[in-house]
Amino acid sequence: MAEIVLEGVTKRFPDGSLAVKDVDLDIADGEFVILVGPSGCGKSTTLNMIAGLEDITEGTLRIGERVVNDLAPKERDVAMVFQSYALYPHMSVRENMGFPLRLAKVDKDTINTKVEEAARVLDLGEHLDRKPANLSGGQRQRVAMGRAIVRDPKAFLMDEPLSNLDAKLRVQMRTQISRLQRRLGTTTVYVTHDQTEAMTLGDRVVVMRQGLVQQIGTPAQLYDLPRNLFVAGFIGSPAMNFLNATLEHGALRSPLGEMPLDNRMRQELERQDAPREVIIGLRPEAFEDAALSRQRGGTGPVFTATVDVLESLGSDVYVYFSAEGGPVQTAELEELATDSGARDTGAGDGGGQQIVARLDAATRAREGQQVELQVDTAKAHVFDPRTGVNLTHPETAR
Amino acid sequence: MSMQAEPAGAPQPPEAEPPKQDQAAISAGARQERRLGWLLCAPAVIIMLAVTAYPIGYAVYLSLQRYDLRFPGQAKWVGLSNYGAVLTSSFWWQAFWVTLFITAVSVAIELVLGMGLALVMHRTIFTRGVVRTSVLIPYGIVTVVAAFSWQYAWTPDLGYLAALLPSGDAPLTEQWSALWLIILAEVWKTTPFMALLLLAGLALVPEETLKAAMVDGATSWQRFTKVMVPLMKPAILVALLFRTLDAFRIFDNIYILTAGAQDTGSVSILGYDNLFTALNLGIGSAISVLIFICVGIIAFTFVKLFGAAAPGAEVKR
Amino acid sequence: MAAVGKTHATRWAVVNIVVVLYALFPVWWIAALSFKDPSTLTDGDYIPRDWTWENYRGIFQTSEFTRALINSIGIALIATVIAVVLGTMAAYAVARLRFPGKQVLIGMSLLIAMFPPISLVSPLFNIERNIGIFDTWIGLIIPYMTFSLPLAIYTLSAFFREIPWDLEKAAKVDGATPAQAFRMVIVPLAAPGVFTTAILVFIFCWNDFLFAISLTSTEAARTVPAAIAFFTGSSQFQQPTGSIAAAAVVITIPIILFVLFFQRRIVAGLTSGAVKG
Repeated sequence: MAEIVLEGVTKRFPDGSLAVKDVDLDIADGEFVILVGPSGCGKSTTLNMIAGLEDITEGTLRIGERVVNDLAPKERDVAMVFQSYALYPHMSVRENMGFPLRLAKVDKDTINTKVEEAARVLDLGEHLDRKPANLSGGQRQRVAMGRAIVRDPKAFLMDEPLSNLDAKLRVQMRTQISRLQRRLGTTTVYVTHDQTEAMTLGDRVVVMRQGLVQQIGTPAQLYDLPRNLFVAGFIGSPAMNFLNATLEHGALRSPLGEMPLDNRMRQELERQDAPREVIIGLRPEAFEDAALSRQRGGTGPVFTATVDVLESLGSDVYVYFSAEGGPVQTAELEELATDSGARDTGAGDGGGQQIVARLDAATRAREGQQVELQVDTAKAHVFDPRTGVNLTHPETAR
Repeated sequence: MSMQAEPAGAPQPPEAEPPKQDQAAISAGARQERRLGWLLCAPAVIIMLAVTAYPIGYAVYLSLQRYDLRFPGQAKWVGLSNYGAVLTSSFWWQAFWVTLFITAVSVAIELVLGMGLALVMHRTIFTRGVVRTSVLIPYGIVTVVAAFSWQYAWTPDLGYLAALLPSGDAPLTEQWSALWLIILAEVWKTTPFMALLLLAGLALVPEETLKAAMVDGATSWQRFTKVMVPLMKPAILVALLFRTLDAFRIFDNIYILTAGAQDTGSVSILGYDNLFTALNLGIGSAISVLIFICVGIIAFTFVKLFGAAAPGAEVKR
Repeated sequence: MAAVGKTHATRWAVVNIVVVLYALFPVWWIAALSFKDPSTLTDGDYIPRDWTWENYRGIFQTSEFTRALINSIGIALIATVIAVVLGTMAAYAVARLRFPGKQVLIGMSLLIAMFPPISLVSPLFNIERNIGIFDTWIGLIIPYMTFSLPLAIYTLSAFFREIPWDLEKAAKVDGATPAQAFRMVIVPLAAPGVFTTAILVFIFCWNDFLFAISLTSTEAARTVPAAIAFFTGSSQFQQPTGSIAAAAVVITIPIILFVLFFQRRIVAGLTSGAVKG
């Protein structure tokens, strides 16, 4: 077990393209860190550099006390779980799990003991003598985990280990990985493109985009205090709503009407020398049915919307409606839309900006009818459209 | 082997450079990968060059000489006159048209039969193994063996097929009937290969697409022509290219069946006869070079005209 | 519906039988000939009336055939081993490594796959006579392995490409040296592909006729297909039909065995290189 430290780590491919730019990251001993971002953001390349499967072009990588830039994977003492599991098809489960130990010239009895112990933990005992081809997806995944844990390595590196499982199994395995990691206390770096996985698993999450680290923080920090438009749009499901707005006389003029700013926000925006044209970000829970909210003494501007679609989840109700004014367009949001596939659904092309609000299940809102909604402006984020920086919470900017 | 972390950290220019500096950006690992790639390919490349490129060059050299093995001392530089002699001789043109005829007809028949056979193999469920196994026998059997079988079958007083003909008919001794029998032997032997290539192409046609076409109201013929064939086009072109080039080189079947008698000789037979019967190395080499050029033209036409993708041409990593 | 299903099944059965007969009949015919004695040779029957081993005894008593059989086996085996070893090396590089000149190699093998062998016969005939390997095993092994190299490279690189990259990476992270990763992971997984390729290459070499009659002049290196073509009857007036048929059957046996036991592999090997490399 060891800490992993990346200092100015950069990866440039032979064709000259930069995959990872100047990443600084301190992973404490025993910490569970997630690298998350859309495809091509450099997260897998970073993981491969830690594993030693890719050369580091610039910067230093330390595992424990040692600088390992020039060490071959076998000398780094890390274990890796691959998206494809990479089980050796010609070996039984037992041989697969024992392979790293066999290479390390551990004696047979010890290998057997360790493999059986790992198999017990992962509930693979009865499958030890089967070949990977005869296992289900979930079992294969567990064998891959088993191969990693038998070695008791300095760190686990996991490259989208759950993305080949179906949705239900993925949730179960997520919990199991979390439990296992906590029990073993092994430093873990976990790569995923799924923000839900990132939020539920990690002690800390590293959001990456185009080879650059966007923000590093706990799941709660990323959710409540996103440093920029990209993190704000990437973290959270359903995603944050964005609206074009104008900053005038200490208030925000938006398609949903005028929103007054509290003192803290006003000071912050002044200090930041905010431009006139800004983007407001509102999470779905920043809205509430005005009728219910008033009863609870909520304050904030109220506006009327026509419900396009209503999804009832039992505990909550999601309400979709369009706001007037053109759609919000920035490079970051374009990229997120492409990555999530929203671009391909054909939605959002006509009319204004699509907004989703999460309301209490007691709401009277009905599809096709109008509803009065109240906005909690204290939960609003204001972004600079040119830089994408979150102007309301600049102190989170590292 | 390729990505291993060798003493990396090849010093990089500190600031981002325009991509023209690629060469400098190649890491030690990539350099090592490169060297290994060359090393592994070298023996194959050297052998292939030594045994084909050098001899074909030598053939060109020989073809520019008067070189008769009966009088090897009189070898003499004669320029292009061997080519002139070949191209103005009726033997060459006779053999050339015979070869083209056999190639065109047999490949056309093979395509139709092979497609049928591929569909049978694709659809049959119960006896798939039996069908595939028996179909592989013509592919694997030694051409000379098959040619003898056909020859005996058509020999009067010996063969079962000759017995079906009016007595006195000896089909292998007439030019046209012999040509058709050569085509038959060729088709029998190589249709399975064509069928297997097409079968692999068929496997690429998604079952759901065919179902969708069925739901959309396409008849089975329409499904075949409008859905399967377009989707199989790459496989069909590759199969056609291979078989056309192969058929153009036809030698074994003709050698056994007629030995080129009654004007049934292909260009390969003509080349062989000039070398080993007439012992004329100069003329024989000129014919060799001309055949090489013909094959080149056929291949070029296929690739340019139909865009037949060479197998393995796009290597993905 | 049931009736339709039944006629459907019957139709397929008929089609299948036709296909099997089509494929097997010429083979059956020459096998039948080989078991006929000279008196019934010309009866045209599909099944010999009097079975006899006479033709087989005959050919195995002549060095003309036995020597050719040894030549065929030896030459084909050696050429196969060399082509597969060199092909494996090149195919691994083609499938797995990034290096400039790879396209040249692929293009060159394609060119050689299309090369008309007759074009090489005259220069090789002359070259081999000059350097003294005409009518020797080496003289045939060289063109055989050259012409089967493209086949070997294509088939093998298709097989190599099917072995997931991740396995090699996993082996490295698990602590294997590159050599260990190759020996313990790649080799066991590539073995079936190498074996299949070897069968295809062997069939190719076993089959050749043109080089065999052009580059040999005596029993020293003449292979069976060439030897059969030079068979003569035991007397001037007797056709060698029975002997040829028997010899033909003997050299067909290995092919039949390959096809029977490795049908699936041969199909996979033949089609893997051809469709989408």
